[in-house]
Amino acid sequence: MTTQAHKNESALLVFGCPEVPVQAAIGLYLAGRLGEGGYDVLSSGNPSVLVLLRVSDIKKHYIGRTIDLDRCIGEVAEGKRDAGLCVVFAHNDAGISYAASMRYLLPEARLVVIVFGRNAEELAAGVEFPCEKVVEKAVHNPGRLKKGIDEVFGWRA
Amino acid sequence: MACIDELDPEVLLRGASFAECRALVEKRCREVYYVDPGYAIFDTHIIGVPPIAVGVEEDTFIILPYTKPCYGTFLIRVSGGEEVERLRRKGRRRP
Repeated sequence: MTTQAHKNESALLVFGCPEVPVQAAIGLYLAGRLGEGGYDVLSSGNPSVLVLLRVSDIKKHYIGRTIDLDRCIGEVAEGKRDAGLCVVFAHNDAGISYAASMRYLLPEARLVVIVFGRNAEELAAGVEFPCEKVVEKAVHNPGRLKKGIDEVFGWRA
Repeated sequence: MACIDELDPEVLLRGASFAECRALVEKRCREVYYVDPGYAIFDTHIIGVPPIAVGVEEDTFIILPYTKPCYGTFLIRVSGGEEVERLRRKGRRRP
């Protein structure tokens, strides 16, 4: 799968609660790689996760535009916002709920669900909707999770 | 329209899974409607695995799942106002 986006293709990153450390690292990495590939990247999350990402990216090399998660869901539900690629971070049941919602709201989008944290495998078993999954019990070390993401997006040599 | 947080919701389940919320709504409410993710009640767009069960109690209260990224899903009971009639018009009686 190539990561070269079609012109004007947008990518929506849906972040979960920032309590699991690998999420921020992988989020910055993913936003940077997708932006390099030509995607117009929009990151959505609650205020804590967006501040965490912005503080980590002082020169805005990786995180571009951001939007409050509730507002984003509302705009997508009302048909005001679309995305060709949607990536959802899930380390708890709420994350899976958000992923299922994005599947329903963006039926044409490529949906990638990144399932991580201590209960990753158990959570991933509950993903019964069409999507691509990256599943890794990563909490503090994002190395193996990055490998899985590189595989899904065709970034592995 | 009001925000759910401002409606003094009664919390029926805390940190629940979407499956637990659906099961309790179906068990507890005689009047159950099914909606899809993104359906708005007041200013809140409902999140979850479709179809999402939403209940009506005593003609005036709505029981719905309410998901927050850090705290999981709550099943809450709020005074529904005109949202009750809207739910009756727009919701489905079967999953």
